[in-house]
Amino acid sequence: MKAFRHLDGLVVPLDRPNVDTDAIIPKQFLKSIRRSGFGPNLFDEWRYLDHGEPGMDNSRRPVNPDFVLNEKRYQGAQILLGRENFGCGSSREHAPWALEDYGIRAIIAPSFADIFYNNCFKNGLLPIVLDEKIVDRLFREAFEEEGYRLLIDLDSQTVKTPSGEKLAFEVDAFRKHCLTEGLDDIGLTLIHRDEIRAFEAARKIEQPWLFNGNDK
Amino acid sequence: MKARNLYDKLWESHVVRQEKDGTALLYIDRHLVHEVTSPQAFEGLRLAGRKPWRAGSVLAVADHNVPTTLRAGGIQDPISRLQVDTLDANCVDYGIEEFRMNDLRQGIVHVVGPEQGATLPGMTVVCGDSHTSTHGAFAALAFGIGTSEVEHVLATQCLLARKSRSMRISVDGELSHGVTAKDIALYIIGSIGTAGGTGYAVEFAGSAVQSLSMEGRMTLCNMAIEAGARAGMVGVDEKTIEYIRGRPFSPKGEGWDAACSYWRTLKSDEGAMFDREIAIDAKAVKPQVTWGTSPEMVVSIDGSVPDPEDVQDSVKRQGMIRALDYMGLSPNRKIEEIAIDKVFIGSCTNSRIEDLRAAAQVVKGRHVAKNIKLAMVVPGSGLVKRQAEEEGLDKIFTEAGFEWREPGCSMCLAMNDDRLSAGERCASTSNRNFEGRQGPGGRTHLVSPELAAAAAVAGHFIDPGKLS
Repeated sequence: MKAFRHLDGLVVPLDRPNVDTDAIIPKQFLKSIRRSGFGPNLFDEWRYLDHGEPGMDNSRRPVNPDFVLNEKRYQGAQILLGRENFGCGSSREHAPWALEDYGIRAIIAPSFADIFYNNCFKNGLLPIVLDEKIVDRLFREAFEEEGYRLLIDLDSQTVKTPSGEKLAFEVDAFRKHCLTEGLDDIGLTLIHRDEIRAFEAARKIEQPWLFNGNDK
Repeated sequence: MKARNLYDKLWESHVVRQEKDGTALLYIDRHLVHEVTSPQAFEGLRLAGRKPWRAGSVLAVADHNVPTTLRAGGIQDPISRLQVDTLDANCVDYGIEEFRMNDLRQGIVHVVGPEQGATLPGMTVVCGDSHTSTHGAFAALAFGIGTSEVEHVLATQCLLARKSRSMRISVDGELSHGVTAKDIALYIIGSIGTAGGTGYAVEFAGSAVQSLSMEGRMTLCNMAIEAGARAGMVGVDEKTIEYIRGRPFSPKGEGWDAACSYWRTLKSDEGAMFDREIAIDAKAVKPQVTWGTSPEMVVSIDGSVPDPEDVQDSVKRQGMIRALDYMGLSPNRKIEEIAIDKVFIGSCTNSRIEDLRAAAQVVKGRHVAKNIKLAMVVPGSGLVKRQAEEEGLDKIFTEAGFEWREPGCSMCLAMNDDRLSAGERCASTSNRNFEGRQGPGGRTHLVSPELAAAAAVAGHFIDPGKLS
């Protein structure tokens, strides 16, 4: 996983509430058995005018000029600004894979759906929750100022606006640690393998019916 | 001892260790796996040279991508086929039990788990699928996870998680005739919103919830995620225990009695506290129909499409305008006047035997309306299908003009060939009415099986009681 410490990135404002993971990456692309290559199909139904299917040459497809990600001024954006309940719906991790593959490294919104929020951290993406009024203001600024950038510092847990204002955000200490170091959390968990074994052994005695069939 | 709620009990009994910031290592008892969210997890395991910690805790079944017709010839779409073949191969490689496509026990993972007794009270149940909340109906702590977490659970039998806040939604009183678990779920989402449960584990309680069958409780917990709650749950009672008795994975003999006495403790103690409590009057719940592109955009069958002009909040108003445009509806249109093109009865929300019986009851002796291009019933599993056929339900449906299909997720998310064309309007018993969910440009209205059946017969939404 890519480590995340600082980011000075161009902001793209996606002004819709309840952006669901079906919209972030439509189901037909979930048939892939790979983890990469989803970026060209990020927001596929909003981004293109035709219907996308896996295997198409996306560079030849007609793009929707009205969709914000297609606007020239937002090309190369690394920070997505969203509205409430971002990432709701399906648990598909293909959604953060698609965002990351496209080049997004952080998402700022007033609220996120729980599973999506979790999935971001596993993929080097930082989801930041800011107050709805502040997000509203960032939207206005991002629309008004071309080339609007934000400076995110995970260490100090702040987002710095072009005017120099620093906005603080919360992040769990453990998640922050994993993200700043780019750590594989399976490896971290396996450090505690003896504790897991002991817990499991006790469980086998207390609730033997949980260990039926081929794992007695 | 301090009174604890059901979620406290389930959580505390699975914590292996806890970090200072509250992040816990949670032991997982049951891991359900399907073909869409697992290939990258198995690949990760393979690349790291790891093996499943406890292969016997895993049960796999392909459901999202499988065709619902002509199965004998295999899957025609090569990309879908590769994904299902990959699951088969991974299960063989790692010694994981799988119900393959032509196994009678195959079906939607959230129907199959409880049906097999693979979901038991007091378990932690995870699956790379948001509707894992379904299993909470059995007083299990059940929630959806991403693919990285699927790999983590395969490799370690644990999950890194933080305890959510607790919410109790009590639905008390008697439900009116024709009001189902689906209507309660949609009514709740309409009240608290699709983010209303975000950050919470929700316990459903109250006399109306207790009066529901296990199938109904599964429908309710299934939709908890649509209210933003990762987990929904219902305490154990005798219905829970009777449902589990005698199923293939259920405990037998002495183990059964010991299990039952433990399971009976799996409910919130008298006086237990919750971070949030919501009370709902069962009598206020009427049959529900969604009109927009989020499950919270819902009204009762006797209502009308709302007018965005009546809404103050500008973000919400813009969302409504956009939804109405996508759905091809105008404000103040009566729900019962909305004509539909297709009907889908199925999905992990409403494809169990009780759902099919309820729909068949409405359809019996009637016929699908002329304007309906397709009305289909997709049973939740091969066993549900067989049961329905033994009861003659398939005949009732096919004689009425419905198609009777093979089990799978089907048109709930349209990953296989079952889908809406652009502009088509569907009465669907599934769980998400997002843009494009049932096919690009498709328009989904979420309803109960009874309402979907009635809509098929009338050609438009109608209260089943009004059918001639």
